[in-house]
Amino acid sequence: MQGVGAGAGAVSVLATPEEAAAQSSVKSLGPAAVPVTLTVNGKPMKTAIEPRETLLDTLRSKLDHTGAKRVCDRGTCGACTVIVDSKVQYACTILAIDAQGKQIQTIESLTANGKVHPIVPAFVNNDAQQCGYCTPGFVMAAKGFLDKNPNPTYEQVKDGLGGNLCRCGTYVGVRKAVLEAAKALRGGAGVKGASNA
Amino acid sequence: MNNFEYVNATSLKEAAAALASSWTDAVVLAGGTDLLGLMKDYVMSPKRLVNIKNIKELGGITKSGAGLRIGATVTFDELANSALVRQGYPSLYAAVMGVTSPQIRNMGTVGGDLCQRPRCWYFRLGHGVLGEKDGKSLVADGENKYHAIFPEGRAHFVSASSLGPALVALGARVKLVSAAGSRELEAAKFFVAPQSNEAREIALLPNEILTEVVLPAAGKNATYEVRQKDALDWPLVTASVNLTMKGTAVTAANIVLGHVGPTPRHAAGAEQALIGKAVTADLAMAVGEAAVKGAKALSQNAYKIQLARVAVKRALLEAVGVKA
Amino acid sequence: MPNYSWPPMNERKVMGKPHSRLDGFAKSSGRAKYPSDVNREGMLFGAILTSPHAHCTIQSINTSEAEKMPGVSAIRVTAPAGTEIQWAGAEIAWVAADTEQHAIDAMRAIQVQYRALPHFVSEERKSQAGTRAKPAGEQTTGDVDEALKAADAVAEGYYAIPVLAHSCLEPHGQVIEWKGDRMEYWPSSQAVSTVAGDLAQQLKIPASQIHVSMDYMGGGFGSKFPSDIWGAECARLSKDSGGKAVKLFLDRATELTIAGVRPSAYANIKVGGKKDGAITVWQSESWATGGFTGGGMPPIPYIYTGIPNRRLNHAAISVNAGGARAWRAPNHQQACFLTFAAIEDFAAKIHMDPAEVLVKNLGFTARAPLYERQIRLAQEMAEWKKLWHPRGDSGKSHIKRGLGIAMSTWGGAGHPSECRVKINPDGSVELEQGTQDLGVGTRTVVAMVAAETLGLTVPDIKVKIGDNSYPVSGPSGGSTTVGGVSSSTRKAAVHALEELFQKVAPSLKADPANLEAVGGKIQVKGDPSKSIGWKAACQKLGVSSISATGKNDPKNPMGLNTQGAGGVQIADVSVDTETGVVKMNRVVAVADCGLVINPKTAESQVLGGVIMNICGALMEERVMDETLGRVLNADMEFYKLSGIKDIGEIVVHMDVHPDNDKRGVIGLGEPAAISTIAAISNAVANAIGVRVPRVPLSPDHVLTALYGKNMERSRA
Repeated sequence: MQGVGAGAGAVSVLATPEEAAAQSSVKSLGPAAVPVTLTVNGKPMKTAIEPRETLLDTLRSKLDHTGAKRVCDRGTCGACTVIVDSKVQYACTILAIDAQGKQIQTIESLTANGKVHPIVPAFVNNDAQQCGYCTPGFVMAAKGFLDKNPNPTYEQVKDGLGGNLCRCGTYVGVRKAVLEAAKALRGGAGVKGASNA
Repeated sequence: MNNFEYVNATSLKEAAAALASSWTDAVVLAGGTDLLGLMKDYVMSPKRLVNIKNIKELGGITKSGAGLRIGATVTFDELANSALVRQGYPSLYAAVMGVTSPQIRNMGTVGGDLCQRPRCWYFRLGHGVLGEKDGKSLVADGENKYHAIFPEGRAHFVSASSLGPALVALGARVKLVSAAGSRELEAAKFFVAPQSNEAREIALLPNEILTEVVLPAAGKNATYEVRQKDALDWPLVTASVNLTMKGTAVTAANIVLGHVGPTPRHAAGAEQALIGKAVTADLAMAVGEAAVKGAKALSQNAYKIQLARVAVKRALLEAVGVKA
Repeated sequence: MPNYSWPPMNERKVMGKPHSRLDGFAKSSGRAKYPSDVNREGMLFGAILTSPHAHCTIQSINTSEAEKMPGVSAIRVTAPAGTEIQWAGAEIAWVAADTEQHAIDAMRAIQVQYRALPHFVSEERKSQAGTRAKPAGEQTTGDVDEALKAADAVAEGYYAIPVLAHSCLEPHGQVIEWKGDRMEYWPSSQAVSTVAGDLAQQLKIPASQIHVSMDYMGGGFGSKFPSDIWGAECARLSKDSGGKAVKLFLDRATELTIAGVRPSAYANIKVGGKKDGAITVWQSESWATGGFTGGGMPPIPYIYTGIPNRRLNHAAISVNAGGARAWRAPNHQQACFLTFAAIEDFAAKIHMDPAEVLVKNLGFTARAPLYERQIRLAQEMAEWKKLWHPRGDSGKSHIKRGLGIAMSTWGGAGHPSECRVKINPDGSVELEQGTQDLGVGTRTVVAMVAAETLGLTVPDIKVKIGDNSYPVSGPSGGSTTVGGVSSSTRKAAVHALEELFQKVAPSLKADPANLEAVGGKIQVKGDPSKSIGWKAACQKLGVSSISATGKNDPKNPMGLNTQGAGGVQIADVSVDTETGVVKMNRVVAVADCGLVINPKTAESQVLGGVIMNICGALMEERVMDETLGRVLNADMEFYKLSGIKDIGEIVVHMDVHPDNDKRGVIGLGEPAAISTIAAISNAVANAIGVRVPRVPLSPDHVLTALYGKNMERSRA
């Protein structure tokens, strides 16, 4: 594998000879940029990153997947929500290098290949966005929530989206949108505008 | 954040070998929910991160004798979905669900929760874990509404661990492994109050990895968090209780307060008042009162003493199924 | 003169019917490209070095190490040695580099020596402000001392509402790229048509060289009008880097620290009056800060401006902190809270229902009949008769429920706006306007107006906004956008249609003045048998399109829009008196409105206003450290915003009826964002029996009000 080097050089203070000996066998990457392959929406994508780069910054700056937004950048607001190996996560708080070998799903996947996931039009129908900057994060949080809770109650919707914040105040629409999408996904009334319900 | 080199350890041995005798050289990376923020704020700038998420033996929740063994990289979400946890350890389950962000529950790990650093804003601004400037505490006369009501020496921050109070109340033990060997500690002893800015608030050494938490069988247990927000937020005060019962009478009690001091605080004096008695609303209130004995408010946080009383009362009543 | 007036309410086909926003799909699919999403070939990233000290001078600054850092293409210093810095977070130097991390690395390598100077950041302690407090001068009407003596009851209270940060989710910033002497500028802005001129002034270049593009922007709330120093420095970094695109957005901590705050307000207030509820006297001593430059005075007494005896003293206090910017309804939340809390306390003192006190004194307001109707409506919706009780929930539970009421007032007339409507020979319609969508639904609203006017449907209209090459439209602030853009669109569409009628009239053998556009056809008025389909009609244009413009002139809006909105809100809360935690049960909002173009997005504006102020009522506050002079919660963790479960239920009544409709369009984003804080504070007082003088109504403040600062009454 390219980019793998003996990393002892980067650790400057070693207390004992035993530690130094152990260190010499450690395989480390970086700190210079290393090539990585990230599987984004099912597609392997190659790029080079420093280990300190977050998945969010890599998606946004290197892979031009700008749906996920950088807002708090500290794992609080949810605007960067992506689904990694079927679980909603904050992309701002994942190292891109750590995300290798995982299935990374971004909001772009919900309207790809001519298909539209029902959660997207459900947000439109219920006016669950204003400025829209938090919206992709909410949509992905809702998608991840519905994947695990196909038949949620109103209360469960509120608990399920506790990791996202909005400044314009779109919560009322979001609550309705998630319930509408759930209904559609269960095969009830379709969501107007969805193509794979 | 400063650059670092990244080690993707696939075995405990490899991970232990990659650590060093100083936090500035190498730090363990698990869920990253705290560590990456610290690094972005330059509060910590280790030269190496050692990812332990791909070490199989650090995962899993399994029965262990009458109790439970929880691997360090088990996520909050895994805890929440474990029937063993839900049924036997409702106090732990409540603490897990107190982290109201599904994203954090999916990312954050048990080990990471125990090793996370204080949220004290002075610490996060670079004034050290003691929050001092020119040798004087910024906390004592500063903005301290979220700080300790049981400070220990110079430490005025509160332990941020969500699971700490429950684990201490349940009598958990933690296992710490280094290249040189391993040791076990009571969870209660894992948390320490540092008296210098170089010291850490946990007993873990820089070359050690917290590998698992072992829980003994539990009594009637519950956690009550006083929370301002339902959405992601830190509890203002937490109380976790674990009661051994004979019939309706308490024969042994553990009461632990969280977010009141630099370590989860065992309310030893208050526990005595429960022994041999049935938990009633009046008794719970008296025990809550006893639990805050010795509390020392800073300029803005006397209200947390009241919250601690109430949290203890409510946790006790919840543990025995009495409506407040 | 053509007839621009809106079609009668009952004849509208498109306007007044709920329509999903046209850009909803782009936003909800993540496809919408915000300025911060712009990626350009070879783009560089900027970073800003800011002051860690609240007040200091720069002794020396050395960039030589930073210049040698990897990837660095430009470094600029805007606060050279000798500069006096007046707040933490003030900009000192700027870096552009190939990656964001490299830019930050280099920024951190800049060596600065500061000489710290004394700072003052705690404006609530007015007595310590010294010369930093600038008295506005006493304003007196009537005989206050006599009125206080003669009053049956005088309520006296201290009220405090803190500085808040706008916390736009998309931070302030831009991407800038030079192409020769032309500049491409992608700002996150509330002012597509004016921001280039503002930047041009900073750079001393002709505004004509700057092309602004902004399809979307992630929230402004009043803080994103200017191009700012970061706009100018981004342009200079780009120029210094050979014109390469530079992306420079504030990080979250800087966004909260310097990119805009709402002023605080503190006041000692006396309200006196008669036992029957008639208010006779108001006396207030208030102070506030808007940052280093001081800031203005909240308009108190709010709405009840006609109280006969009034004495007002106000001081603006300068602190070493980032400056205030306009905030959704500037100074109104503060004024509303100070006024309606004080009046509610007076009502409690005379044991009267506060809603009745408000009604009793409506003569002191400018819109008595309207407010009375709205108060009664809100009371009904909130089940006031059933749920309101005299101050202090007497129930046995430690959970106490209460209701509170407050009112709002706002202008909301349309801003200057020009619109171009093009009708093409293939029947397509384009609408161009140099406006922006802050989340209001601008695209949808103007498309609906054009469709209504042209007898078409919304999807028939191609809307182009967010570009300063389109006709000039005003900045979005003060709830002036929808009034402005809808009026100019109406006029442009009427003009375009007149031209089309001219072309079509011969084929219908009709007078152009006798034609109408209905249901996708041009027809002789009232005679569907003499008609021509839209496309066929447009074919008569031959090869040239119609291009017509229309303008909204605020001095003569011609009945299309106007100003003056009331509004009443009632909050219903439950307070845990053991923990001080306040939970929202419900907010009822009676939203005054004129003609509503799109009920769907209009209601969202009201919901948004209420929710933003639930945050402000319950948890938001900027926390400043006195010793450090720094913001301690410049994040989204301890700068707390409500989540989806924290807001309770919200019931909106859009006050749509023929009388209101006749007024034309009135902005409604701000009026809805005014009275929630006061209503919630009053509801908490109603629940627990005492006033919590301080906003936010966080557990510490609630418990302190109940039990004393040291909780000395907590075991009583």
